[in-house]
Order: sequence, then structure tokens, then C-alpha cells
Amino acid sequence: MQGIQMDLVSEDRLAKMPPVEKIRFIIDEVKSGKILVLEKGLTPEEEATLIEMTMTQIQPDDFAGIEMESYPSQPDSSLIGKLFKKNVVRTRLTVIGPANKLKTLKKDRDMISALVSNK
Amino acid sequence: MGVIRSFKKNFSNFFKKLFNKKNARIGIYGPPNAGKTTLANRIVRDWTGDAMGSVSHIAHETRRARRREGVTIQSNGGSISLDIIDTPGLATKIDFHEFMEQGMNEAESKRRAKEATEGVIEAVKWLENLDGVILVMDATEDPYTQVNVTVIGNMEARSLPLLIVANKVDLPESSPSTIREAFPQHPMVAISALEGKNIETFYDEIAKRFG
Repeated sequence: MQGIQMDLVSEDRLAKMPPVEKIRFIIDEVKSGKILVLEKGLTPEEEATLIEMTMTQIQPDDFAGIEMESYPSQPDSSLIGKLFKKNVVRTRLTVIGPANKLKTLKKDRDMISALVSNK
Repeated sequence: MGVIRSFKKNFSNFFKKLFNKKNARIGIYGPPNAGKTTLANRIVRDWTGDAMGSVSHIAHETRRARRREGVTIQSNGGSISLDIIDTPGLATKIDFHEFMEQGMNEAESKRRAKEATEGVIEAVKWLENLDGVILVMDATEDPYTQVNVTVIGNMEARSLPLLIVANKVDLPESSPSTIREAFPQHPMVAISALEGKNIETFYDEIAKRFG
């Protein structure tokens, strides 16, 4: 059966990985054609690193980059968070896929609409 | 002669660092074609009489970060000295075919795509070396882009000041209120960098946010 594989990646799965391994895992999976939905999402720093590393992988006629969308992260507003975790942000779901297969149709603060194409 | 000049420069920099607290390194960020270089040129031209870089309708025209040091902006009775860094447009994908659609041949398109990828890497690296960011958004476009979310998230995580610029308000289809509603937690100023519309308010905001 032909199709596009979509992996829903749990928070626990990524939490076990060091940051570099996490980014490498995402790029390898996306380059193989998969679309990933990350339950917890990525931190802003991880998103920036992912963009940076993606740029090193771009090859004409082979890999044009990624489509990535995530909801804006939110500051940790809990009392414990305020007391002990300065500047901690709560990350939210992230969708990542190959740019030639995934296209964002619409996005707002709380909803992402995406088109997946098997061309 | 070079040694004396170098000594003078280092001496001057030392005293600048010691006494001039209002010196900030500010990056101009945003997606391709949001008007970053147009804005950088206007700031530098308004306060120094120079220009910073060439402007083009082709995406990724700025492929290397450009830096202009010591741009002194006077506003609201005070002054602030900025190092302005005009960065290449951030993007998560770069397809050389898009350059071909602009009329370039394949070899040139591939070369530009490669340079654009290097430019994005450089822009991301600069994020770690800034005192604040001016995030330029095209007010005719959807503001919920990954680039905007990433830049804003990075500034928030580092507790660094951010000023959002809703650019291109000279265009009839612009909607700066959409940007304000999307990111209400950050100050926003609606301008036309091309025509200079509302530019005084922009300088007031710079003094307020980065001064």
C-alpha cells in the first residue's frame, strides 16, 4: 500500500534523548519522508537549532527543507514554575514534515490545518 | 600607524563599554521579503546618512548578515547607540526552483539557494549574541509563521526585549491589527519602511524598549 507515514511521537520518547540526538532523529525521519507529530513540541532553542541543522542538509533536487508548525509556547505560570524555573516555557504540539509533502494551509494560536500530499 | 589606530580603537571601545550603558546590539529578523533591509537602510540613513544593503523583490536577497555599529538614535529627549545587524530572512525550506521562477538559470538558482541556506545558518547563530530583536513582519501576510514563533520564543526564553514591526502598511491589504492580536504580549508598531510612515513612533519605541 502506498502512502505517507505519520508518526505520533510521545513526550516520553523525546524526553529520553539529548538535544542533539533529538534534532538528528527528527531530521533523519523527515528526510526519509515521514511526517512527525511531537506530543510536547520543541523548545524555541530547539526549533532554532532544527532550522539551522536543516539548512546544512538541503540538497537541490533531493531535500528542500522542512515544513514545521507549532503552537506558540507559553510561559510556565505556575507558582512553583515562577519560584524555581525562571524563563521556563511550556512547549506545545509540533508538526514537522518534508517541505515537498506537507503544506500548512492555515494556522492560528490554537489550530494548525495541514495538507499532506503524496506527489 | 595601524598599531596606533588599533590602540585608539580598543581604547575608545573600552571607555564606551565602561561608561556608555545605552549601547545595544539589535538584530533585525523576520521571514524573507518582510522588508528587513529596507528598514535597516532607513534607520542607518536617517541617523548616519549611509545605506546598509541592496533591496530586491527576490527572496533571500540578503544572504550575509550586515552589521552597522554605533548608530545613535535620539528620541524622547534621550539617545541610544545601537549596533544594527540586518540578518538574512529565516526560513525552514529553500527550494532553488523558486529562484528559477524569478528568471534565473538553474546554475545561478542553485548557487543562490546554497548561499541562502548559509545565510539562514548565520542568522540563527546571531540570535545567541544579541541584546534585543526587531522582528519585522509583512502586515499583508499571515503572522502565525514558524519563523515568527521561533524568534519570539527565543527572545521570551532569554528574557530579551523584542519589538514587533508590522511593515508595509502603505499597502491597502495590510492588516497590522491581525499581528497585534496574534502576539498581544509584545509591543508592536505599524510602519511603512519604504515610505517612512509612522517612523518617528518606531524610533520612540526603540528608545523605550532598548534604551
